[in-house]
Amino acid sequence: MTALLDFVGYSGWVLHTLIWMPILGIIPVLWADEQRVKHVAFWWSAVVLILSLGLWWAFDPTVGGMQMESATPWIESWGVSYSLGIDGISLFMVMLTTFSASISILASFNYIQDRQRPFYALMLILQASVVGVFLATDLFLFYVFFELTLVPMYFIIGIWGGTRRIYAAIKFFLYTALGSLLMLVGILYLVYRAKMFIGAPTFAYSNLLQVPLSGTEQLWLFGAFALAFSVKIPVFPFHTWLPDAHVEAPTPGSVILAAVLLKMGTYGFLRFLLPLFPIAAQHPVVVTTMLVLAVIGIIYTACVAAVQSDAKKLVAYTSVAHMGFVVLGVFALNLNGLQGGLIVMISHGISTGALFLLLGMLYERRHTREIQEFGGIARVAPWFATAFVITALTSIGVPGTSGFIGEFLALLGAFETHKVLTLIATLGVIFAAYYMLPMVQRVFFNPLDKQENREIEDLSKRELVILVPLCALMIWIGWNPTPLLDRMEPSVQVVLERLDEATLEDQARVEDEANEPQVVDGGQE
Amino acid sequence: MYNALGVGIQETVETATQFQPFFPGLIILLPLIGFLINGALALRHAQASASAVRLGGELDLGEADHLPATHTLPSYVAPGVMLVAFLIASVNFARMLSVELHDPHVIEYWTWIATGAFTVEAAIQLDQLSILMTMIVTGVGFLIHLFSVGYMRDDAGYPRYFSYLNLFIFFMLVLVMGASYPLMFVGWEGVGLCSYLLIGFWFSDREKSDAGKKAFIVNRIGDFGFLIAMFLLFGMFGTLDFVPLFSQAADLEYGNGLVTAVTLFLFLGAAGKSAQIPLYVWLPDAMAGPTPVSALIHAATMVTAGVYLVARSSVLYALSPIASATVAGVGVLTALFAATIALKQNDIKKVLAYSTVSQLGYMFVGVGVGAYAAGIFHLMTHAFFKALLFLGAGAVIHSMHHSLHRTNNHKDPQDMRNMGGLRAFMPITWGTMWVATFAISGIWPFAGFFSKDEIIWQTAAFGGAAKAPYPMLYQVYWVIALVAAILTAFYMTRMMVMTFHGASRTGVEEVKHLRESPPVMWIPLIALALFSVVAGWINVPEALRETFMGLGPLTGEWLHDWLEPITEQAHHIQELNLGEVAEQAPFGGGEVTWALVSTTLALVTVLASFQFLRRQNVKVPAEDTELSGLSKVLYNKWYVDEIYDRLIVQPLIKSSRFCWKVIDAKVIDGVVNGVGWVARALGFVVSMFQTGTVNMYAFVLTIGALIILGVSVF
Amino acid sequence: MITEALVLSAMIFVLGTFGVLVRRNAIIMFLCIELQLNAVNLAFIAFSRLMGIDGQVFVFFVMTVAAAEAAVGLAIIISVFRHYETVNVDNFKLLRW
Repeated sequence: MTALLDFVGYSGWVLHTLIWMPILGIIPVLWADEQRVKHVAFWWSAVVLILSLGLWWAFDPTVGGMQMESATPWIESWGVSYSLGIDGISLFMVMLTTFSASISILASFNYIQDRQRPFYALMLILQASVVGVFLATDLFLFYVFFELTLVPMYFIIGIWGGTRRIYAAIKFFLYTALGSLLMLVGILYLVYRAKMFIGAPTFAYSNLLQVPLSGTEQLWLFGAFALAFSVKIPVFPFHTWLPDAHVEAPTPGSVILAAVLLKMGTYGFLRFLLPLFPIAAQHPVVVTTMLVLAVIGIIYTACVAAVQSDAKKLVAYTSVAHMGFVVLGVFALNLNGLQGGLIVMISHGISTGALFLLLGMLYERRHTREIQEFGGIARVAPWFATAFVITALTSIGVPGTSGFIGEFLALLGAFETHKVLTLIATLGVIFAAYYMLPMVQRVFFNPLDKQENREIEDLSKRELVILVPLCALMIWIGWNPTPLLDRMEPSVQVVLERLDEATLEDQARVEDEANEPQVVDGGQE
Repeated sequence: MYNALGVGIQETVETATQFQPFFPGLIILLPLIGFLINGALALRHAQASASAVRLGGELDLGEADHLPATHTLPSYVAPGVMLVAFLIASVNFARMLSVELHDPHVIEYWTWIATGAFTVEAAIQLDQLSILMTMIVTGVGFLIHLFSVGYMRDDAGYPRYFSYLNLFIFFMLVLVMGASYPLMFVGWEGVGLCSYLLIGFWFSDREKSDAGKKAFIVNRIGDFGFLIAMFLLFGMFGTLDFVPLFSQAADLEYGNGLVTAVTLFLFLGAAGKSAQIPLYVWLPDAMAGPTPVSALIHAATMVTAGVYLVARSSVLYALSPIASATVAGVGVLTALFAATIALKQNDIKKVLAYSTVSQLGYMFVGVGVGAYAAGIFHLMTHAFFKALLFLGAGAVIHSMHHSLHRTNNHKDPQDMRNMGGLRAFMPITWGTMWVATFAISGIWPFAGFFSKDEIIWQTAAFGGAAKAPYPMLYQVYWVIALVAAILTAFYMTRMMVMTFHGASRTGVEEVKHLRESPPVMWIPLIALALFSVVAGWINVPEALRETFMGLGPLTGEWLHDWLEPITEQAHHIQELNLGEVAEQAPFGGGEVTWALVSTTLALVTVLASFQFLRRQNVKVPAEDTELSGLSKVLYNKWYVDEIYDRLIVQPLIKSSRFCWKVIDAKVIDGVVNGVGWVARALGFVVSMFQTGTVNMYAFVLTIGALIILGVSVF
Repeated sequence: MITEALVLSAMIFVLGTFGVLVRRNAIIMFLCIELQLNAVNLAFIAFSRLMGIDGQVFVFFVMTVAAAEAAVGLAIIISVFRHYETVNVDNFKLLRW
């Protein structure tokens, strides 16, 4: 496999292809006639998926830094360049994106009935921009892609959504755009400081890492970036856009939203917040705040999820709880926590994506999402019930599924540093059963007492093609996460080393200041 | 490293031992294969029945001799894999018997989790404890699978039932054979999951479905404790593998606070899984599942996992007197509490359920007083006689159900008030169940006598140890344990009398259809009855051996010696810190005396209550009088479910609603929408200046120009 | 000399300004704006006597713009009149808040 990939020069072009090919796909999609457009879009994204699979072998698991890097100047006078790269943190996010994009396009075959061409074109743009977010190694480029994801999502919710779609779409757009504006200010300040330090403005990630920042500066910048990412994740109390967006979005929109859009926030934490502002990220107040918010998110949203009557809203709330585990793992600031957080991200992408798919399939059959409208469906749709139960179990982190590996490692990591908070967070495993099982029971078990439910069809072949790989991944990762962990470990180590160095620098500086009290951080205030 | 779920691919860790394992991976793998085959059959079968249901009917299985393949194959596959697994386990057991194996034999298959800071191998550990548990699980499991072939034959979900059952065995084996806490936890939650699926096996029934859910959620509370314990252990030792962890743990200081925390959290997990106070509430409800499931999961294997956990972690418990006292205390209280409830239950399975809770309490007393071997001993004998009791009850229910079904009677086939006089129709069931009743009551020479008596005796002995931490406490435990033993003998006799003796209350027509079960069901009963008699003889205390109760030179403290490699560290720690255990009970008398006293008490109770109850006139449910006073409280299980509902469940739901309706919808979204509202309001106010009157604009323009002019001039 | 011209210019400008502010008839207002423009033109011419030709050049620009403005403005007024059948600006309030 590796030889074949080398032969075609895979690592030279793959990253660009993953961004540009979906965008090019707009042409055939808009060209195709209304009946065949979905097939065109699906096969197009399937080819992208297959191309992205090569990353598994082409990626060198021994290297911690960026791989397959390339940089082309874009706006030279500002130091902006079109530069891409991939490392152990973004690798799985990219693969998750291409995977869930294909899956969700396949899942929209029945759901999207009108205006198909623009829909699939928007899906492809969305895919390209999310991949761009994960691959960009230039902050300008990153910001462009980060904001670009909003546009197709806005239209997907606003045009193909449910009854309150306009409210949800605007709420989604404004909430997240508002958060990221502060990040833009932060980026600009960072570039300004880089210009002072290097002499020329630069947006390149690797250059910005070199810029020395005082503790106060880091705290402010951290705040600006963290706000943008926290809204995206979302961290309590910035989560209220999520249930609305999820409930109103069409199934494929929900899948992409849950599977990858939320991950952009936690990815931002790992890629930018921790390495760029290591002092702020280790500041006890900051860490405690983030952890407390994560723990509140885990427990609080689990409780709220438990009393929802709308199945989709329930799953939307559980997303917040899961992402709380990611934040918990990230701010454990150690190997177990960070890798656990990454696995939760992957697992949540798969399992919550699958839950939304399943609920979408249920909605297509019954045109309702009210839990009480269902009951006893396992009797008429055994495959459906099996897939749902496997997915639900992954979602609540039963061992033997991917959900357990992630949550276990994240909690294990967090426990090393923050015992009490982690203790409370661990209660989340109880709450997970408390919100998920009653829903499963009321939908799939209990008496089959409604005639409409009696007529529900089991999974079709197409739906099986969608769900089988998802379920297989959940179980495979649950029993053998080591290949994933192996690939992410070096990159996570790099982040941690960066944090350690900052601590050392900090100490050195404090000692220097103690020796020479007259030397203050010149011009930094 | 990445070989498949390796069959016989081994990395021998220790070269010194001569122990040669015999395909140990297959023991775990076989039930998994069984699960996959049965699962595939179940899905196919369910598809067929789904199309029938969709048309508004039920799937007709057809003639008994033309059953579809999905209905016949599981009868061979499921017990078949169990039998092979049991045979392989026996070979391993025999090989281990023939060599002196001191250190556990660990076989690694692949690296399960490796983050760089934390590594767990997918490895199984073969040692005296795990092989014993494996033998019990596969052996009793096989018999129960066999019984199920008869019991579940007419059920529409036949292949699904066996797929769950096989999956359960798989996870149970992971639990007992796993070489580290996380792997054990996989099995731990896995069996919980299967228990959930099997309790709610008839998921179309809301109550049964609820029971399954309750079991899972309550178990998860325990799992929370298990998780925290693992985190603490990892912080202390940097590893969660048994072998390195315990060897490091042995050097810890006695009474270490951290160890106490770890062991208490572990015990929370054990209490959840093994249905101890305060988490026992799920087990009685779990009786909603098919009766063989209750026998396998809720009597013989899964619920004893907590005892296994404590025994496995014996080093840690030995280090913590507080945790050990808690374990024993909770155990003895549960034993008494559940026994009191069992006195007044009318549902045959409910009696057995509370009896199980009570017996599990005894096991915890055993491991709590440092008699780890005794705890495991009781686990084993209990697996035999309680599985037998449940299977017997299953046979009764099967027969009752059959006859009530034939006559279109809607009476409850599990209510003992509808039974009576079944002895005439089901002699084998009657006989074997009496054997089990003698065993559980602790009557010599049945199995339960030896195991239960040892636990009770060890409690007294431990309390009398030279430096016992809380001597008074253990004396109280001892007395309670004795009282609970008498209660056990009483409620078991009551159950037997109500079911098998006295006049028949089933109904004139119905009685004609009562039959003894087919051989596939009574053969397991006979086998288990045999074990319920002889299993106790593998561990006869030294002191009893000298007397008639020792059965002469046949026996010895075999189990105790066998488990010595596992428990020796714990015993060493205890001896070091507590001194020698007492030879005398609190009121005087040695081991032999009290063994005689307890078996006599049990026998007298059985005989007396038999005579007394047989003359009592039991009424059928419709005519039964309203209970009052203590009886009513006992019948309603001390209202614990109601109290939990009032104190925990309802407040939780209410606060959840509050979070959603008030905090989320009002406070947070209020702020968000408020920001939007403020922006719009500001815009509205400012837009008031746009009057639309051109002159107004021109006026403002002029004023503005004048001001600028004025500022620039002056 | 220049003073008188500037005073005249200022008077015409103020007259125009007042006209714009107080009148409601669009045509009158329009004429008043022309008045203002021409007042400024007068000032430019007056200054050009002192400061060179630049002022006169500017006047041409102003006149060109004024002519264009007159064309567009009158066209708008006519089409507004066709719609509302009045040229009273108080009636044109479509664009307020």
